[in-house]
Amino acid sequence: MARITASVYTSHVPAIGAAIDLGRTNDPYWAPLFKGYEFSKRWMRDQKPDIVFLVYNDHATAFSLEMIPTFAIGTAAEFRVADEGWGPRPVPKVIGEPALASHIAQSVIQDDFDLTIVNKMDVDHGLTVPLNLLFGSPAAWPCPVIPFAVNVLQYPVPSGRRCLNLGRAIRKAVESYDEPLNVQIWGTGGMSHQLQGPRAGLINREFDSAFLDRLIADPEGLAAVPHIDYVREAGSEGIELVMWLIARGAMSDKPPKVVHRFYHVPASNTAVGHLILENQA
Amino acid sequence: MMALDKPYLNVPGTTIFDAEQSRKGYHLNQFCMSLMKAANRERFRADERAYLDEWPMTEEQKQAVLARDLNRCIELGGNIYFLAKLGATDGKSFQQMAASMTGMTEEQYRDMMIAGGRSIEGNRYVGEGPKEKR
Repeated sequence: MARITASVYTSHVPAIGAAIDLGRTNDPYWAPLFKGYEFSKRWMRDQKPDIVFLVYNDHATAFSLEMIPTFAIGTAAEFRVADEGWGPRPVPKVIGEPALASHIAQSVIQDDFDLTIVNKMDVDHGLTVPLNLLFGSPAAWPCPVIPFAVNVLQYPVPSGRRCLNLGRAIRKAVESYDEPLNVQIWGTGGMSHQLQGPRAGLINREFDSAFLDRLIADPEGLAAVPHIDYVREAGSEGIELVMWLIARGAMSDKPPKVVHRFYHVPASNTAVGHLILENQA
Repeated sequence: MMALDKPYLNVPGTTIFDAEQSRKGYHLNQFCMSLMKAANRERFRADERAYLDEWPMTEEQKQAVLARDLNRCIELGGNIYFLAKLGATDGKSFQQMAASMTGMTEEQYRDMMIAGGRSIEGNRYVGEGPKEKR
């Protein structure tokens, strides 16, 4: 059967993608950030996942106000890299895994989560920046990816509780798939940041640090944190952090092994957090 | 009609893009979305007013776009991820757009971020602190 072996958490700031694309990763501004991912790239080379289930949010790219699904699972064979207004990022197209994605959709919907099945969807920096941070800049991504887009743009967004339980349903779906696959689940976005209004630039290191502690040790308690706490304490865009709970819910109920933890301020407007958790055998 | 609980209304300098804002800003945001196509960006640049007049936006929304007043755009239903397409059309980064909403210069804003960002202290509730600008 397929197994979720590890979960990876990272911010997905567009300016990180621009720094990679423009060859600025060694600039004094960016070098400390990329240093925090050096271990992660080595770890990833040893792990060799067969598939990455990547939880991210679309930033008014594939979905306009015509229609925004709360949870969208990409079941296509491939996904184009979006032009977000600055031209498409020069990164490889994303290869999907339609068979497993459809299996997960079938299972998770029957567990009462209303996923939208999406067969055509361009993917934006929310998905491609994490791929660069963990895989570097190869000519082709080393494994297929199942994009899972969550609405955190148009409020109300799903609650932390719902996200954690959705992760559990995804775990069950993966474990009922009859192929010996090494599956990783990634939760992306965050950490504290606000891009709008006079309060733009908000960073809350204490909130972020406590979030990381609780994500590791007390996901159940963390899932009870209401939206308003994210908005008030971590900024209007800090609400993206609820997506991390989907990946956390997909992990085993046993305490995970903390393989890597990193935090850095700033990347443009944002606090960058990064965590790798392995399931214990 | 029963009032819905919106606890986020007392967060200073912050507008949450909820279903009500989304309804107000539908055409404004869809106008922004249209700027993802290069041909539309060119037509907009050539005659901004004429391009805006193709959209059933309010006059206030059009004026806010012409003035690049992002705070006003947000007040009138705009969402920052949609407004970013307008910024991209102008060749602006997210950081430049964010700075423009804070009353700071780009340099001041960038320096604030390098120094650790805007502090949460005094920025949790409307009326709480001197940093509040509304």
